[in-house]
Amino acid sequence: MNRPKTWLLLSILAAWVISRFQGAINPYYYDILITIGINIILGVSLNLVTGYTGQFSLGHAGFMSVGAYASAMVTLSVGAHARGESLIFIGALLVGGLSAALAGLLVGGPSLRLKGDYLAIVTLGFAEIIRVVFENVEAVGAARGLSIPVHTTDFFWTFLSVALTIYVVVFLVHSTYGRGFLTVRDDEVAAEAMGINATKYKVLAFVVAAFFAGIAGGLYAHFKQFIHPEGFGYLRSVDIVVIVILGGMGNTPGVIIAAVLLTILPEGLRALGSWSALPEAIRPLIQNRMILYSLLLIALMLLRPQGLFSTGGRLTKWLKRGKGAAA
Amino acid sequence: MSVSSALLEVDQCTVQFGGLKAVSELDLRIHEGELVGLIGPNGAGKTTIFNLITGVYQPTDGDIWFDGQSVVGHKPYQITARGIARTFQNIRLFSSLSVFDNVRAACNLHLKHGISHALWRGGAFAREEAEIAERVDGLLDIFHLSHLRNAECTSLPYGDQRRLEIVRALATRPKLLLLDEPAAGMNPTEKGELMRLIRFAQEKFQLAVLLVEHDMRVVMGICERIAVIDYGVKIAEGTPEAIRNDRKVIEAYLGE
Amino acid sequence: MIQFLQQLINGLALGSIYALIALGYTMVYGVLKFINFAHGDIYMVGAFVGLYVTPWVWKVIPPGQDPSKFNWNTTAGGLVVMLISMVVCAVLGILIERLVYRPLRNRPRLTVLITAIGVSIFLENFGQYLFGADPKSFPDILPDRTIDIGDLSIFMNQIVVFVTTIVLLVALRYIVMKTRMGTAMRALSYNTTAASLMGINNDVIIAFTFGLGSALAAAAGILNAINYPSIDPLMGILPGIKAFVAAVLGGIGNLPGAVVGGLLLGVLETMVVGYISPMYRDAIAFAALIFILLFRPNGLFGKIEKEKV
Repeated sequence: MNRPKTWLLLSILAAWVISRFQGAINPYYYDILITIGINIILGVSLNLVTGYTGQFSLGHAGFMSVGAYASAMVTLSVGAHARGESLIFIGALLVGGLSAALAGLLVGGPSLRLKGDYLAIVTLGFAEIIRVVFENVEAVGAARGLSIPVHTTDFFWTFLSVALTIYVVVFLVHSTYGRGFLTVRDDEVAAEAMGINATKYKVLAFVVAAFFAGIAGGLYAHFKQFIHPEGFGYLRSVDIVVIVILGGMGNTPGVIIAAVLLTILPEGLRALGSWSALPEAIRPLIQNRMILYSLLLIALMLLRPQGLFSTGGRLTKWLKRGKGAAA
Repeated sequence: MSVSSALLEVDQCTVQFGGLKAVSELDLRIHEGELVGLIGPNGAGKTTIFNLITGVYQPTDGDIWFDGQSVVGHKPYQITARGIARTFQNIRLFSSLSVFDNVRAACNLHLKHGISHALWRGGAFAREEAEIAERVDGLLDIFHLSHLRNAECTSLPYGDQRRLEIVRALATRPKLLLLDEPAAGMNPTEKGELMRLIRFAQEKFQLAVLLVEHDMRVVMGICERIAVIDYGVKIAEGTPEAIRNDRKVIEAYLGE
Repeated sequence: MIQFLQQLINGLALGSIYALIALGYTMVYGVLKFINFAHGDIYMVGAFVGLYVTPWVWKVIPPGQDPSKFNWNTTAGGLVVMLISMVVCAVLGILIERLVYRPLRNRPRLTVLITAIGVSIFLENFGQYLFGADPKSFPDILPDRTIDIGDLSIFMNQIVVFVTTIVLLVALRYIVMKTRMGTAMRALSYNTTAASLMGINNDVIIAFTFGLGSALAAAAGILNAINYPSIDPLMGILPGIKAFVAAVLGGIGNLPGAVVGGLLLGVLETMVVGYISPMYRDAIAFAALIFILLFRPNGLFGKIEKEKV
């Protein structure tokens, strides 16, 4: 970690090299790879809010939708150009990210005064309101959804964004400046007494996370080429929360592993569920990934609240700490 | 405004919770470099006074001046930035951070560089981080905590956690340090050692200190001036000698 | 004016449902200080239990031939269905508390919240597996009639919903204020430690609270299914969230507040649907929630508390 920028450049280079061969990858696996990338961005960014800053948000998919719609609108209004396609795409992604960041600021500013359960519900509420708005605005296709004519998201752009997300979150947190996020999570009163503006940190975490969720939304829109308000509902937000919790709150490598596993898992379950050796009654049970997710969540909270991939230590103590010092 | 030379001036402050006056028309002055004791029976309102000075509570009435400016209505972090730091009666360390990081986090306040440097990681960032590390290590050293630098703060013995809280408060570079029962739960030897350290830090950093303590002997030993609070009212103030012989103080402590 | 009255009546009927669910949220919050996210799904289970036991109940108590005429047998059967569903859900609620929430009793609230979300998603998806994802039509377990007063038409069911809600509320008030169990519940919500020092068995009281809250949610599930006879495994999500909003409106932990909040939200929602647009039916609840949390976080009747330092 001594040469952060070198690492960043190397990973971007690696993404570029691999993308030269993306035509050779089986389309089915290619799809899964891109989805993994998008889920990593979503998980790592939410981890900044929930894991490092201790603010539980149930509305991450809402910011993703803002990014998806904003970037789609840029692409649609510029139209298809063979030349400069990459530049337009970068512009679209940035507009998506910045719109989501703005939404994050507007939502986070007022709601981060609340804590714990209330914050969770309010972020859920904001995300639902965003969804209802998209469902009612004719210009973005309302309840019919929106088609995007170009398929610009590829391996390079996805993993470039993944590398940037990880870089920003990890190096932001690992600095004296970034310790502020952790102090807010640990003890807001003590943080303020040490001269740390807790509200500023919470809003900052929210805005940065929303920005990357917006980028993820933009990638998603130009990958699936069709977006619909229903696709960014409460359950999508829960998906992202599951990634963070499984990976371990405040544990970026764990969250990355979790994003990979939880993207592959439904595919594996789908295959297993259609395996004819299994009794007919059990198959749909296996194919419904949400049943497994929910049991996983409950089991994790009961047995390993620090997540599957945490090495234990300090954070574990924080999570297992008694009441009163509640989140 | 008064033109006194006091660093902190609490002027006729009242804190009211519903019908209860937790602090009543309190006057309190602390001059630069002074070590003042604040004593009183349990529930007298000492911690409330700390919360009042640090902006956790706002006065219902009255004014608070620090370093020539009113701090009423300021948020706790703004008041800390002005130069008032505190410790907590019920230790409140950052439980997921190491000893070193607990102190480092408190250096956040005086960072010259912000988010862009943390992300760019250039030379200026590296230099500042190195300076901070040096300062943190220096402070830990003074309070004999260097060997625990990388330990989890929650694994420390009680006394070490209390000292770490003082170090953390000092890292914000205060002009006035508020210590809320820093010696609670320590044996007499440890208490003596801690008081010596407090005196040392006070002189080294030219601090004013306001010290809440139950143990009369401890307070009498090091404070230049003592204020006695009972039921939210200041019932006496003066030198340790004067306080020791004050009839009201004896009554408050011994009951009637 | 007629339209307004009509909307008001519809709103109060809907609000009664929210009120019944909101009571469960508020009671559990009172004793455990956490939001039982899965509570809305208990309401769904309540409706499905009703669906499945109705044929059995009808075997024992055959309902009247003409559903539009009042019939004692039909009414009695309907009540039995509701009681069975309440008992089943009470047991389910107690079971969930025992298996999942109790081991987490002294953990951070975030852990408990995530667990509750897990339980909620489990009930919804296991429900889809068990009952099928498609909506099912709910049998007419009560006589169905419309009463016309001038231009105003009131469904018999709306009156039943409203009256049943009031009866249940009176019963609840009696339990909470007059019985030993209720007194212990109140003691617990003031101070858990002190209550247990006074010899109150926290586990029993908490289980009882969950049982009581779940029974009320089941009743709401049945009553709503009588009014809107199409039920599906995800039907609990929105009413659950809205009832939570109602509980917050009334000041969480405050029983009469939950009822007022529920009625208020029900009326607000039908008014928005009637006068503005049905598209905003669900958004209004969230808008109300955000508004109340930002400006009066302790509810319309609550008082502000500050964290102790």
